[in-house]
Formats: sequence, C-alpha cells, structure tokens
Amino acid sequence: MIRLAALLAAVLSLGAAPQPAPVALDALLAEAPAPTLDAYRLFTDQGARAPNAGLTPYALNTPLFSDHSEKSRFLFLPPGTQATYAATGAFAFPVGAALVKTFAYPADLRKPGDQVRFIETRLLIHKPRGWVALTYVWNPEQTQAVLKRAGARLPVAVIDHAGRPLTIDYAVPNTNQCKECHSLSGVLAPIGPKARNLNGDLAYGSRRENQLAHWTRTGLLAGAPDPHAAPRTAVWNDPAEPLADRARAYLDANCGHCHNPEGMASNSGLFLHLEETDPANLGVRRRPVAAGRGSGGLEFDIDPGRPETSILLHRMKSREPGVMMPELGRSLVDEQGVALIADYLRSLPASR
Amino acid sequence: MATSKRALWGATLAAALVATTAQAATLTVNPGPDAQERLQTALLDAKPGDVVALGAGKFDFTDGLSLDVDNVTVTGAGQGKTVLSFAGQKGAGEGLLITSDGVTVRDLTLQDSKGDGIKSKGADRISFVSLTVQWTGGPKETNGAYGVYPVSSTNVLIDQVTGRGASDAGIYVGQSKNIIVRNSLAEFNVAGIEIENSTDADVFDNVATHNTGGILVFDLPGLPVMGGHSTRIFRNKVVDNDNPNFAPKGNIVASVPVGVGIMLMANRDVHVFDNDISGNQTSAVMLVSFSRSFDDKSYNPLPRDIVVRDNRLGRNGWLPGLPGGKMLAAATGGSLPPILWDGVTTYPGYDGPAPRLYLKDGPVLNLNLPKAGEVEAAKPTVTATLGSPGLPERAAVVLPVGQDKPAQ
Ligand code: HEC
Ligand code: HEC
Repeated sequence: MIRLAALLAAVLSLGAAPQPAPVALDALLAEAPAPTLDAYRLFTDQGARAPNAGLTPYALNTPLFSDHSEKSRFLFLPPGTQATYAATGAFAFPVGAALVKTFAYPADLRKPGDQVRFIETRLLIHKPRGWVALTYVWNPEQTQAVLKRAGARLPVAVIDHAGRPLTIDYAVPNTNQCKECHSLSGVLAPIGPKARNLNGDLAYGSRRENQLAHWTRTGLLAGAPDPHAAPRTAVWNDPAEPLADRARAYLDANCGHCHNPEGMASNSGLFLHLEETDPANLGVRRRPVAAGRGSGGLEFDIDPGRPETSILLHRMKSREPGVMMPELGRSLVDEQGVALIADYLRSLPASR
Repeated sequence: MATSKRALWGATLAAALVATTAQAATLTVNPGPDAQERLQTALLDAKPGDVVALGAGKFDFTDGLSLDVDNVTVTGAGQGKTVLSFAGQKGAGEGLLITSDGVTVRDLTLQDSKGDGIKSKGADRISFVSLTVQWTGGPKETNGAYGVYPVSSTNVLIDQVTGRGASDAGIYVGQSKNIIVRNSLAEFNVAGIEIENSTDADVFDNVATHNTGGILVFDLPGLPVMGGHSTRIFRNKVVDNDNPNFAPKGNIVASVPVGVGIMLMANRDVHVFDNDISGNQTSAVMLVSFSRSFDDKSYNPLPRDIVVRDNRLGRNGWLPGLPGGKMLAAATGGSLPPILWDGVTTYPGYDGPAPRLYLKDGPVLNLNLPKAGEVEAAKPTVTATLGSPGLPERAAVVLPVGQDKPAQ
C-alpha cells in the first residue's frame, strides 16, 4: 500500500517536473573552480534553498560566531561512498566529498528564518590532491552566487536584537584566510565534522535523530559507536549544561581551530581546543608572548577569578584589528559569548 | 636502449623545466581603486617562480593581505616609492602574512598596520630585503607589536630593512632557525632587533638607535619552541637607545629599562663582539636571567655560555633605569660599569654548574643576586673582566644556495 503510494507520488512528480540532475561530481572534482555555484548542482533551485539528492543537513552542538549570521550546513558524499568515523579530529571523507556552508541574515535578527538573505556559500571540496576552499558570494537578487577569491567587504543592513537598524561590515575572507582557520600543520582541513560536534539531535523532516546515529543508519558514516559511547561537545548556550563545559565548547568552536599545536596560532602556545588539559596552555596565569597592544596592558591571558584582568576576554570584547580575537571572521562582539566566558573566568579558583 | 631512452626523457624534462622557469610571469599591480582586491588576487594567482611587482605610489588597504604560494617574489619600486598603507585596516592580525616557502619580499615600504607589519609563519627560506616597515605616528603604545616578524620559520634573511615605531620590536625573529639579520636599521621601537626562542642567528652590520633597548636575545618559557641558542652579534652600531619604554604592559619587553644597548636573557651560546656601543644610559651589555615564575621543567632561565669581547664602548650607564640604579651609579663612581650581569647562577630545581661567561670587555658589574629579580639583595662587585676565554664560537650562518645574494 505504502509502496504503491510512493510509486504514484514518484510518477506524479515525474509528470510534474523532470527529476533534477544529480550533483555535478565532475564539477566538484575539476581542477579549476567553477565560476558560479550553480555549476555544482548542489541545489535544485536558483536560490539554493532546496538541496539536491545526496546532501545531508547537519548542525554543530556549538558553532562559530560570525557576526550573528545564520548558517546552514550540508554534507555531500559521492554515491556509494562513506565517511570514516574518528573519535578525535574530523572524520575522514572520501574524494569527491563536499562540505557546504551558507551564511545568511534575516531582515530582523529577532526573527530568525524570516526574510532571509544569503550572503555567501562556502565550500570545502575534497579533491584528489586534498581539500580546496572556495566561496561564492550571492547577488542582491539572490539568483546567482559568484566565486570570490580575494575577499570582500559587504555592508549588510539588518534590524538588531534591540530593534535598531544596524549595518554589519561583513567580511568575505580571501581564500588564504580560509586556510588560516582551516589548517592543520599548514594543510587545509575541515573543522566542524568531528564526532563530538555532531553528537546531538537534529530534525530530519518531522523526526529528530542523533546525527551520528542518522549518518550511520543512512550509510554516510562507517565505524561509529553508539552515540552514548562517542565524545560530545557541550551546547554552549544550554543553561542545563555545566558552565565549564559550555565555556570550553565555546572556546573550542571560536578559538581552538587556530589555537592548537597544529593551528595558525600554534606559536602563541595558547591552546584553546577542547582536548587541551594543561591549565598553563589554556592560558591560566600565562603571560602573553607576542600580543603587543593586544595585551591591553594586562598581565595574563587568564587571570583566574578575574575576567576584567584577563587578556583573553579583553580581546573577545574588542572590535579593533590587531586586538580582537578571533582576528578573522567577525566585526562585532559576541555579547552572549563574552558573558559566558566572563562567568567562566569568574568561576575559576583564584588561588595561586 | 632503455638507458638512452631515459636520457632522452631526462633531456626533455630538463628542457621543459627550463621552459617553465623562462615563462615565470610578472604580475604587475599599480596603486588605485580596489588595490585590495587586485593585489590579493595577484597573490593568489601567482605561480611558483612568479614575481608580483608593485608599481610606485601609495596603496591603501582595508584588510590584511596574504601569500601562500611557494617561491614567489613580491617586489616594489623601492623603499618610500612603493608604499603599502594599512591605516584603514579593518581586519587581520598583520599587514602581510606569508605562509609559503621560498618567498622574498623586497623594495617597498609597509606602514601603519593595525597588528604586526609583515609576518611569516612556518616558512622556509623567507627573505625580507630592502624594506621599510613603520608606524608613521612616532612611537606609540597603540602601534603594532612587530615590524618584520618571521616566526616558526627556517632560513630567515633580513637585509637592509628598516623597522621603525614598533611597540615591541622593529625586527623580530621568533621560534626560528638559521637566521641572518644584517645591514638593517631599527629605530624608535621598544626593542630594535630581537631574537627570541631562536637558534643559529647572525646579527651584524646593523644600526640600532633611539630604541628603548637596541638588540635583545631572549628565551621565554612555555612556548612550543624553547631553548634558544647560538647567536652572534657583531659589527653593529648600538648607539643612543634613549626612547622611553612605550610597550603595553603585560609584554615582556615592557620590562626593558630605557637605554640598554644589548640585552641577553636566558639564552645559551651568545657571542657579542666588534660592536660600537655608546649613548645607552642604563648599560652597554646586560645579562639577566628570566625573573618571572615558570612551570616549564625544561626551561633554563639563565644566560649561559656568553662571550662579550672586543667591543668599542663609549659612554654608557650614566643614568641606569633600574630599581636603585641611581644609587648604584653613585656607588660606582657616577656611572654604571658598561657590562652588567645579574649574577644569578642557579634556579629552583637546578643543581648544575654556574653558567660559563667570558666578559672580556669591562669593567663588569656583577650584582650577585641570590635569585633572579631579587634586586634588593644585590651585593654588587666590580671587576675589570669576568670569566675566562675558551668558549667556542659557532661558525657563520649559511643560508641555502640561491637565497642569500650579497647586498649591493
Ligand atoms: C575565522 C575562522 C574561519 C575562517 C576565516 C573560515 N572558516 Fe570555515 N569554518 C570555521 C569554523 C570554526 C568552522 C566550523 C564551525 C562552524 O561551522 O560553525 C568552519 C566551517 C566551515 C565549513 C563547514 C565544514 C567544516 O569544516 O566545518 C566550510 C565548508 C567552510 N568553513 C568553508 C570556509 C571557506 C571556503 C572559507 C574561506 C572563504 C572559510 N571557511 C573561512 C572557521 C573559519
Ligand atoms: C584566525 C586564527 C585565530 C583565531 C580563530 C583566534 N586567534 Fe587568538 N591568536 C591568533 C594569532 C595568530 C595570535 C598571535 C600569535 C603570535 O604570537 O604571533 C593569537 C594570539 C592570541 C592571544 C595572545 C596569546 C599570547 O599568550 O601571546 C590571545 C589571548 C588570544 N589569541 C585569544 C583568542 C581567543 C579568546 C580566541 C577565540 C575567541 C582566539 N584567540 C581566536 C589567531 C587566532
């Protein structure tokens, strides 16, 4: 009965509109990047609202703050291939895999999902010679996204959380800057799709399911244990979770991709990824090395118990280039993130 | 047959290679609107072997620039002729970032970046030649930290570079290996030239003047690369370093007293010779141990295996910017002896021999501190010289073939 219904539906839809062409694997694997996003056929409509077959949406327990933009993320795997589970680090993805991330703004930040304007769609494509990072910037008509390699500044007008008009000086990174964040010992790599970041529920249509379980069940992922046995990053804004876990998750997502022994800030010796356990490496009573004016005249990266004298927070609160951290990817202050980290620093025992 | 076939292949390959080299392109970028996008595009488009040539005039940038292609030369029309201005910079931690190998940046001025000037991270064979990197508003706490800033790099050449106005160091080499800094000028910085947590450096024929401290060789704890050693500092003019310290507090250089010629902290195997050192109100050459607390078991906070010889010392030490400095100066005849050692020979957890020093130039003031930084407990003694000869000097630093061309 159900099968018959499905068949009928398929026939009907076939009659209504031709089956959309599949994702253009040849375009994904081509040596040169496509000049426009539509060439990859990752989406079936002009405005890239409808993902093509083979794209799976995903979300991270704790995302990166990017000037209040809304983000949607998808994984594409070539038919018949799988990603391989890893307990730490990003999963291993087959050649031809693509990770897709769109940055968008609603007209009014208080009404997420409403009157959403796409700004850029970023891709990480796994080519035979390694990962390649590309970004496509949307036209005002929202009909086409064009490759942008050298970066750009785009003024984005929105209504802010307090109901006031706000113009965000949105920065599209140049493709070298993609690598500044996305690098492991100088090699371009994905950041988000790790077991611990995906170990949470997502709505798939009307049904909620753990993402690791879903990826396993649908054949996208091989080798994953039961989600309960997999590591998990805390949800930074879920007050039900312990403060320290939320703060460490926030620092991991917003800082840890540069501040780790293989990242762009490796030489700072300040390591903020979730796997770091040494308090000194995490910044506790650590004196800055090359902070310059970024020190704000303060002595320690983290002065435990005292957010107001911690360089780490000072740099999160700054909007000045040369001071602000992250040094790329934002022009606004993440007030909610600042409040979380301030609470966390206050909670650290001040004993010497 | 097979052999000759292979030989043929080899010849074809060689010809092809020559052809590729011959085809090395020059990508020219001139000042004007959209300089940001045009230059950044050239830096992305460049292929190994290419030259990115910047025309004369002033370029205004709104964001940082970066280069990640090996063996590219970025050249301008000359210092002061091609000027890259970052006064309007809105993002990134430096003006120009280089993350690839075999890169040369030369013949231009880069100024007023919001963070560091030019940084190379993890680069092999990185050359900075005939550059001026400066902050044009004079020495200010809000200036960027470093002018020229190779870090975690190998085979570093800094030649005919001027670093001016940095709130940390005009020319700074950190956590790097095999380094030449020569024919350069560092002025109006907190530190003129600084070699930190680095190994095998030759610093010679430079001028360091009007900084807070002229030339610094430091080693700091808690960094991925530690245990810096083997630096030679020779034939430099280290004169009139008289700029009040303007480093933001919290940075290690904020503790450098005004008027230090050469300062060595917690490093091994440093030879200082044949320099002209004068006009530095605190000290000509100062050897100190790292005095802040540290947890790092593998860190040695003492300067050791240090030789200071055959320098030409002028007037130094007349108004030492040290705690109790005035009194010390009065007690030692109005001026501090030009060579100063804090006299610290041990630290918690250490039971090895006292550091070996040969301070042939003198007189030498030994503060005989029982512990790093305990200036109140000083028992100063003055001797004509200190230690004895015999510490081996490392051979000259040699850079890979093709990197090091002699200065014109
Ligand atoms: C400021 C640092 C930063 C910069 C610059 C940056 N990214 Fe990312 N990117 C991240 C982080 C962190 C994540 C994971 C967290 C998230 O998705 O919220 C991510 C996620 C992604 C993803 C999803 C897959 C993944 O790795 O998690 C893609 C695709 C992506 N970035 C592409 C790009 C491209 C293309 C550029 C350059 C145009 C770029 N990124 C620049 C930090 C950065
Ligand atoms: C795009 C990469 C990147 C991101 C993301 C980033 N940083 Fe940094 N950070 C750097 C670099 C590069 C340095 C300077 C390294 C050096 O010394 O040259 C630095 C230095 C610092 C320092 C000074 C460290 C010291 O001891 O000298 C602090 C504090 C800091 N960052 C905090 C943060 C915080 C907090 C976040 C997240 C909210 C963050 N950073 C995110 C790249 C990054």
